[in-house]
Order: sequence, then structure tokens, then C-alpha cells
Amino acid sequence: MSIWKRMTLIFRSKANKALDRAEDPREVLDYSYQRQLELLSKVRRGVADVATSRKRVELQINQLEQQQGKLQQQAQKAIDVNREDLAREALTRKSGLAQQIADLKTQHANLQAEEEKLTLAQQRLQAKVEAFRTKKETIKATYTAAEAQTKINEALSGIGEEMGDVGMAIQRAEDKTATMQARAGAIDELLASGALDDVTAPGQGDDIARELDALSSQADVEAELAALKGGGAPQAIESSPAGEQILSEERAKGEEQA
Amino acid sequence: MIVRILGEGQFDVADSELDRLNTLDAALEAAVAAGDEQAFGAALADLLAGVRTMGTAHAADTLDVSDVVLPHEGASLAEVRDLLDDDGLIPG
Repeated sequence: MSIWKRMTLIFRSKANKALDRAEDPREVLDYSYQRQLELLSKVRRGVADVATSRKRVELQINQLEQQQGKLQQQAQKAIDVNREDLAREALTRKSGLAQQIADLKTQHANLQAEEEKLTLAQQRLQAKVEAFRTKKETIKATYTAAEAQTKINEALSGIGEEMGDVGMAIQRAEDKTATMQARAGAIDELLASGALDDVTAPGQGDDIARELDALSSQADVEAELAALKGGGAPQAIESSPAGEQILSEERAKGEEQA
Repeated sequence: MIVRILGEGQFDVADSELDRLNTLDAALEAAVAAGDEQAFGAALADLLAGVRTMGTAHAADTLDVSDVVLPHEGASLAEVRDLLDDDGLIPG
């Protein structure tokens, strides 16, 4: 038998199973309607869960991009003080982040697609549940045992198929979100452990920043000494643009020595 | 004829398209029988694309039962087998 024929049979048998349990077929209508409402709120929660995961990934992308920017600045600063080795280290770390960002962006696109799919599923189910409610009331109002079984059967099969479909869609979304949450959790841990943000926190355990700080304080001392000896140019110490000037003087000095 | 693509809802497909649908389905069958994941993915994508172009969206506020139910886009061979295994309808 072909795949679709088998799947079609499975969905029909599921819808029919629900019907067998009730003594009064009308009860099964109310029972099924309750289940539909429960499923609807489950889909709504599902949409919200996926949205939360998507926002979390967005936040992580932002954090990593900020760190990329900081590493870029560090590389520039290192080059300014003629430390290619430090610049290389900063750029290497930056390229490591680029891979993680690309991976997160893929996850983000997946979550967004999943969110859209679930939102549409929610709308479809909502329309069917509303149709079922109307039909349920009609059947109950005009109930005659002879007709009821067929009509109820039709209504239940129609809604049962949608419910089966939506139920599986939620399951798939949950599975996908769980995998991504595990990966997002790993990145959060990495961020919390400082393995990533130490690199950018100024003067805090980051070797690149530490070396750069050491270099610039050395430069400051040299500048102050020069100022004392020369008895002038105090503005060279006070303002920050002058700091850059000092750094470039320092570099010039380094070049002379080399 | 009403065709449901899991995760996408129902489509109305003209009965005259049944032959084309069956041809696409035969490719899917063959891939499942051979356990060929890649061929299965391609055949499923073709079949679903066929339904989407042949069909139009079935009104959402109806309780009509589908004549045909198809796996969701991107379903793997294992996922489809699981679906069918659940109810023990797949032999072996």
C-alpha cells in the first residue's frame, strides 16, 4: 500500500477511536471540543516558546557581534603600537566568533520559520475548532439517534485529522527548539565562564587587553618623563587625542630602534 | 480530492491530477523500499511541490476529511517510518 494511503488510514482510525468510547454520542462532541481547546492553548504556548528561543538567539548574536567589534578595535590598537602578534591573536579570536555567529544566524532563521509555521497551524486549527463548535450545537439541537452517529462521525473525523496534524507539528517544533536551546545554553555558559567576554573586558584577565594596557601605561610614563625633562607640553598627558599622539611617537621610536 | 500536507493544511486537487500524483508517489514508494534517504527527500519534495502547484488551499472553516495525507516537508525516512509504525500498519 502506498505511503499516503497508509497515512490517511492512520488519521481516520485515530478519529474513529475517540468515538467508540462514549455511550451517548453527544458526550463525545463536548469531550472532543474540550480537547480541541486544550490543543489550541498548547499551540499558543508552542508559538510563545519558539519566539522566546528566537529572541534568546538574537541576543546572543548581538553579544557576539559586539565582541567582534571590540576584538577588531584591539587588533587596530595592537597594530598602532606595532604589536602584530597581538593583532594576529585578536583577529584569530574574531574569526572564531564569526563561525559561531554564522551558526547562530542559521538557527535564528530556522526558529523564525518554525514560528511562522506554528502560527499558521494555530490559525487553521482555530478556524476548524470554530466550525466544529457550530456543527456540534446544530447536531445537539436536532439530535435523532439515527442520524447522529454519521454526522458526529464526520465532524470528529474532520477535526481529528487537524488535531493529529497540529499535535505532530507542535512535537516537531518542541524537538527542534530543545536541540537549539541546548546549543544556546552552551553559548550562554561560554559567555558566563568568561572564555568569550574576557577577551573584551578591559583590564580583566584578558591577555591581549592586559598587554595593550601595559604598553599604553609604559607610553604614558615615557611621555611624562619627556614632559618633565622638556619642562613643557603638559597637554600631551591630559587629553586623550594626545594619548594617540604619544602612541604614534612610541611607534616611531620603535621603528628607529629596529 | 482533498490532500493534506502535514504541517501545511489541506489542498483541493482536481481528480484529473490523480495520475500525476500517483506517478510522484511511486517514486516515493521506491525510495522507501530501497531505504534511500536522498532519493526519498527528493521524491517527497517533488510530490509536495506537485500538490502545491496542482492544488488550491481548502477552506479552513470546514470539517472535511482528507482523501490523502502526506508527510510534512523535510520529513526523513525514519520519521515517516515512525509515523507509520506507531499504529503498526507498516508490515515488517
